[in-house]
Amino acid sequence: MTGRQRDENPAGIHLPLDPLPGHSSRGRLERVLRRGEFAVTTELNPPDSADPEDVYNRAKIFDGWVDAINAVDASGANCHMSSVGICALLTRMGYAPIMQIACRDKNRIAIQGDVLGGAAMGVANMLCLTGDGVQAGDQPGAKPVFDLDSMSLLETCRIMRDNGKFLSGRKLTTPPQIFLGCAVNPFAPPYDFRPIHLGKKIAAGAQFAQTQYCFDVPMFKTFMQKARDLGHTEKLFLLCGVGPLASAKTAKWIRSNVPGIHIPDAVIKRLEGAQDQKKEGKQLCIDIINEVKEIPGVAGIHVMAYRQEEYVAEIVDESGVLKGRQPWKREIRRDDQMVADRLDHILHDEITETQVDMVKTAH
Amino acid sequence: MSEKQPAVTQATLVKKAAPKSDYKPADVSPQRRVQRTFAVRLWSIRHSRLLEWFYARFADMFLLLHPLWKGIGYGRVEAPVKFVEKRVKGFMFDCRMCGQCILSSTGMSCPMNCPKQLRNGPCGGVRANGNCEVEPDMPCVWVKAWEGSQNMVHNEKILTVQKPVDQSLRETSAWLRVTAQSAAAREVAQNPGASA
Repeated sequence: MTGRQRDENPAGIHLPLDPLPGHSSRGRLERVLRRGEFAVTTELNPPDSADPEDVYNRAKIFDGWVDAINAVDASGANCHMSSVGICALLTRMGYAPIMQIACRDKNRIAIQGDVLGGAAMGVANMLCLTGDGVQAGDQPGAKPVFDLDSMSLLETCRIMRDNGKFLSGRKLTTPPQIFLGCAVNPFAPPYDFRPIHLGKKIAAGAQFAQTQYCFDVPMFKTFMQKARDLGHTEKLFLLCGVGPLASAKTAKWIRSNVPGIHIPDAVIKRLEGAQDQKKEGKQLCIDIINEVKEIPGVAGIHVMAYRQEEYVAEIVDESGVLKGRQPWKREIRRDDQMVADRLDHILHDEITETQVDMVKTAH
Repeated sequence: MSEKQPAVTQATLVKKAAPKSDYKPADVSPQRRVQRTFAVRLWSIRHSRLLEWFYARFADMFLLLHPLWKGIGYGRVEAPVKFVEKRVKGFMFDCRMCGQCILSSTGMSCPMNCPKQLRNGPCGGVRANGNCEVEPDMPCVWVKAWEGSQNMVHNEKILTVQKPVDQSLRETSAWLRVTAQSAAAREVAQNPGASA
């Protein structure tokens, strides 16, 4: 069974893939995108616990449906398990995490250290974000750092990767091999600056982008038109952010409480009119995906199903974006199976052996 | 967004849960408390083209005075120039004295007034009415910067990717630094090889 899956290192699932020409990372996501396949990424809801099983269980439900998992960095300025920690756990199990780095909590010294640490653990993708203001979160008294911004963070990572140097100019012995991403929000003002701003991010080093939740497809189309005209879609893989809304009430709450998410009235009306709002929310998400995937320049989708992670598989399946392709899935390897077969009995047999007994039988 | 939205944010809830007492410092963040009105700042952005023209002349004048600054000593002249610069720019742009002014690249809208101090463009949280996500009644610094830059002659300057802020230059005069740098550049240009 070893090596049966396309993007897997035969020597071990946790190991980086073979370097390919034209690829800046040794990860799965870049391979999928550069092959021209429609990529699917999702977001792992970070646990408020120190139990690794919480992370593994949350990642398991995406198995075989997504190409990469975002490890969020205290999203909404709420405290959770760190993205570095989640990435450490996920890479061990062979998953392809996208390590999010927000500028809110760490200065340039800490961030550059995390980039090296993440890359050393096998994180192939990093998403450079500004981060929400501390005022949005559960600890508004915290000190907002914002030493770098998303743009200078991208540039810092690019310099580390391509020039093999820290921001200070000090040399790295082994530069990180990473695929750099950024976030785009086409749904917030200044609307005409947004595509140009994306161009700036490309200049700073962005290779892929994930957008904010798209609920307004015409608006997204306008943005994409401009992005295509500026030639951005040839230089960067753009993944459109989508997600199911649980109900009209949640939609209204998100609209007034989460900055930067634009939900048109039509969407709320549609949800309100439905018998089963949760089901309608899912269907709406699938409908949006079906519209979005046809837009030229869209390289994939980023499914954000906060607290509805169990729907990600259904959404991806029913929208048919994978076209029969199965992303990497964690499987039992042949050697694991052999060990399990031979030693399985120790789990069931009651062997109570003391050292005294062992000495007796030896004589 | 036709219907009226409930103005309950998570920050509001946290604030409500905080212990009650008679003394309330302010309902805004410390950064915002410093500056309560945006009238002058917005005037400067509306007149960005005029200020761009003025600033260019002003920089030339400062460069012309380079022998004077050098004669007195840049170190000695720093304090009085900074005193004036801080007050003038503080009044005009709500300057935060980062010491590395990029007003001409940001449509005369000081990016250090952004609660996240973004120097390369807006974040994704700008409200639909163009206000800041952190300070709901402040117009987003970058929405204004984009408007201001479109009035300017060098409107392409907003596309430059800015380096991270050098915190060691805080509370120093940007005017003198720019002057000293362009004077040095001029000298190198006049007699190349001298510096090598």
